[in-house]
Amino acid sequence: MFDVEKIRKDFPILSRKIHGKPLVYLDSAATSQKPLSVIEATDKYYREYNANVHRGIYAISEEATAAYEGAREKVRVFINAQSVEEIIFTRNATESINLVRFTWGKQFIGKGDVILISEMEHHSNIVPWQLLAKEVGAELLYIPINTETGRLDQNAYKKLLGRKPKLVGIVHMSNALGTLNPVQEVVRLAHEAGAVVIVDGCQSVPHMPVDVRDLDADFFAFSGHKMLGPSGIGVLYGKKRVLETMEPFLGGGDMIKEVTKEGAIWNDLPYKFEAGTPNVAGAIGLGAAIDYLKDVGMKNIWAHEQEMAKYTLKKLQAISSVLIIGPREAVDRGAVISFALQGAHPHDMASIFDDAGISIRAGHLCAQPALAVHGVDAVARASFYLYNTKEEADRFLKTVQKVKKIFGS
Amino acid sequence: MNMYQENILDHYKHPRNKGKIEGADFQHREPNPLCGDVVEVYVQMDGGKVADVKWEGAGCAISQASASILFESLVGKTETELRKLNTEGVLTLLQTSVNPARLKCATLGLVALQKALK
Repeated sequence: MFDVEKIRKDFPILSRKIHGKPLVYLDSAATSQKPLSVIEATDKYYREYNANVHRGIYAISEEATAAYEGAREKVRVFINAQSVEEIIFTRNATESINLVRFTWGKQFIGKGDVILISEMEHHSNIVPWQLLAKEVGAELLYIPINTETGRLDQNAYKKLLGRKPKLVGIVHMSNALGTLNPVQEVVRLAHEAGAVVIVDGCQSVPHMPVDVRDLDADFFAFSGHKMLGPSGIGVLYGKKRVLETMEPFLGGGDMIKEVTKEGAIWNDLPYKFEAGTPNVAGAIGLGAAIDYLKDVGMKNIWAHEQEMAKYTLKKLQAISSVLIIGPREAVDRGAVISFALQGAHPHDMASIFDDAGISIRAGHLCAQPALAVHGVDAVARASFYLYNTKEEADRFLKTVQKVKKIFGS
Repeated sequence: MNMYQENILDHYKHPRNKGKIEGADFQHREPNPLCGDVVEVYVQMDGGKVADVKWEGAGCAISQASASILFESLVGKTETELRKLNTEGVLTLLQTSVNPARLKCATLGLVALQKALK
């Protein structure tokens, strides 16, 4: 049974008061809060078995290695990858995507090649490809957004595939619009056109069941801190046969089998792409986060968030002078709700919300192109997670009314 | 919410002295990369004193109202007096409490002016 009040008790921060009012945290798309089990798991590592991994011939190093590799197995099962060789720990999704840029990208994308991404990408799935395109003389093209519906223009996508892109980059769920993209279909069409596909799963993996084998993407990136895990730990999933074609990313310890003065032999997957001492505590914390999410159930979390999106979208749209940026119906979208209010700048809104104890995001959301095509340069965004309630949504809606009153919108 | 006093909202909705001065003595465009707000200021001197100030900008109520209020106060000041302006002075002009997260907004006009004088 999904019991939001019981869940809330697991998150120490949710009992905080902000400016004398109970904290309403509506910025989980930026980063999620952490349950006690995650905080305790990282704490326990530092207190009881802190040691480097893959090295020491002593008990606590073996324990640390087992916990670190155990977390990798938890990630594998969570996204249904075939093998732990396909799970590379990184710092965050940004580093995961940049890893692909500096390895596969530099090897397989050259002068005149086409890279195709969508207009609704987060900057982390735009800027690496802009840099690569500039460096090698490739062309970067964008799949347009239909601004009426907040969804990808599928026909334009099909046409653009005629340009035979080497790489297609697509966000699973948009952090700015909430749009859930039909990634399975996007991947299928890209593969038919001969492209390799990288999916940004930052906003999908924390909120819904994700099966990378179903999606069939070649690369899939996400961050731990958005899914109840600690910051500083992220994941790059890559299909084994694609990873096997790639040269290393960073050089150093742990990514080699043998080093001589003349050169080195690379370690096996996934260690080949994990140079240096990894974020052991982060991985262990991420493992604990996955345990927590599985315990609640991803289907239940998704259902709860769908309910929150439906409830909030309906009431928010009923307020005059509110403009929703993104899909207006709670279908194929997450509980990430971006909006503008006539006459009130998003930063002013965020200050008034903060005064009411409500944390929302305001600004360009690290997705400037997605907002620009909608004709706005900043929005306010409320994003919900498993610990948010309808009472909190009501407080949010009440505060929208307050902003309206102050600015006479 | 203390920050949104009547004078702030008034200057936000009805900013004073918007426009440009061709061939202004001092001019600078200052964006805030964090939020995309921008203030561009034009200062015309005459006989060692500010004769006219115009400005253009876009952004939140705090950045735009504080620019409007600050620039309105500049006419008649000497260049030395302009250089002495600081954050404290701007906050006094605003007659409101600006919370720390928004201090950058409140001083965007001041920063534009300081850089124009460089």
